[in-house]
Amino acid sequence: MLYTVLCYNSEDEVAAWSKEKDDAVLGKLAVVGKQLKDEGKLRFSARLMYTTAAVTLRPGRNPLPIVDGPFAETKEQLLGFYILECETLEEAIEAGRQLAGPRESGALEIRPMRSVHEGSGL
Amino acid sequence: MSEVGWIDAALTSARPHALAALLRYFRDLDTAEEAFQEACLRALKTWPLNGPPRDPTAWLIFVGRNSALDEVRRQKHHDPLPAEHMISSLEDTEGALVERLDNSHYRDDVLRLLFICCHPELPATQQIALALRIVSGLSVKEIARAFLVGESAMEQRITRAKRRVATADVPFDAPGAVERAQRLGTVAAMIYLLFNEGYSASGGEAHIRLPLCEEAIRLARILLRLYIGEPEIMGLTALLLLQHARAPARLDADDAIVLLDDQDRSLWNRDLIAEGLALVSKALRLGKPGPYQVQAAIAAVHARAGRAEDTNWAEIERLYAALEGLQPSPVVTLNRAVAVSKVRGPAAALEMIGPLEEWLDGYFNFFGVKGALLTQLGRAAEARIAFDRAIALANTPAEAAHIRLHLDRLLKDSTAATKAPA
Repeated sequence: MLYTVLCYNSEDEVAAWSKEKDDAVLGKLAVVGKQLKDEGKLRFSARLMYTTAAVTLRPGRNPLPIVDGPFAETKEQLLGFYILECETLEEAIEAGRQLAGPRESGALEIRPMRSVHEGSGL
Repeated sequence: MSEVGWIDAALTSARPHALAALLRYFRDLDTAEEAFQEACLRALKTWPLNGPPRDPTAWLIFVGRNSALDEVRRQKHHDPLPAEHMISSLEDTEGALVERLDNSHYRDDVLRLLFICCHPELPATQQIALALRIVSGLSVKEIARAFLVGESAMEQRITRAKRRVATADVPFDAPGAVERAQRLGTVAAMIYLLFNEGYSASGGEAHIRLPLCEEAIRLARILLRLYIGEPEIMGLTALLLLQHARAPARLDADDAIVLLDDQDRSLWNRDLIAEGLALVSKALRLGKPGPYQVQAAIAAVHARAGRAEDTNWAEIERLYAALEGLQPSPVVTLNRAVAVSKVRGPAAALEMIGPLEEWLDGYFNFFGVKGALLTQLGRAAEARIAFDRAIALANTPAEAAHIRLHLDRLLKDSTAATKAPA
């Protein structure tokens, strides 16, 4: 089963991290990522740019509204994600626990993938 | 990572919003600052025990406001302060607060807080120092170090500036569209100045002061998050990111300046460039070009060139021409002339900068560019005069050293020429 781990945090807070702190957190996450990769669990991971770089399309109207920014203004923003292959939810939670280790705030949402479209690369 | 790590980052990131809201509540900068300070002290005590509140900013505003009100009451009646446990569980009250305080509620407050630092009677460096103290929350010591002045001198400067802005009459009503746009422009200019103070220091030994650049980027990002559809704020943020991306390549091991053409582009920060490019594309598709967007677009052309010789100078010249139209200034024309020299040769560029001398006769870069163009044309004697003038106008030792390099090269070439067999 494929699981997505969606990583949320306040981007204002993350933007206030010192470079040392940012490097330290990413360094620790890289170690966890490598380990998950070696165990055959990690399929893909990415850090996203801040929501200020986003544009949002709102289908249903013509012309299509294209709005600057994320789809909703929230306290915490989607800042990155992992795609994991795990046998059970317990296994996914255990992987999530490891990914939570180097973080001190924010939230990790584990969402099983409903279907993977053919030829989409996973 | 220690607990203090995340608390520090949370307090730093909450500061502009929380302080701005407290200022609106108390209408007095000192009271607002004290209230915020008090709230931070309590956060340091209670957050490690209870974990972070759901909305740190709302928590700090709530606790700061109450503690300042307590202080007023205490001075009146000498009542004891409320016990810690009374403020350590704020979930219910906080919940109600969170409903009301999304980003749009902070928008004009944070802008006002930044705007009052930009009092027109304050010289630019004092505006910057004040913003660093009030909005960023840097200590006087840190600011003094960044500006390379003594702590007590900086303390005095900030105190005086604060007194000046305290009497400024910045209304607390939500500004109208025109006023808001004016405030945004003023604040954007201050953030750009702050960045430039770090990017090309106006005095002292260090040529680049990275912390000032980083703080400018953080403030630009905060402003952009609040005004997410403003093309010029996108442009400003992109410009700062793209310029800052080159910082690791701008000085060599001996702190000598490395010109854009000679920089090791593998040292450029790819993440910052990617974000800068994303913001430039976002801004330009809105079809409302402005000076920051055009400057960011120019920086983007450089960032896209894998090697110096791949630079699309014709595009850069076109963009500088657009910038001249939006914001005519001799410095813009000087920069355009550099692009012209690459596209049409040094003679055309020299002709272009001729009329600028009357405006730029105190400007280091003007004589640096003039000397370089004269050198390319083989007019060594005139080039030397221009370079001598540039050295006299250099703002930092690195600038002077860079020009001396040109002079040494001239000297070597002329010796070589005299020694060459006829």
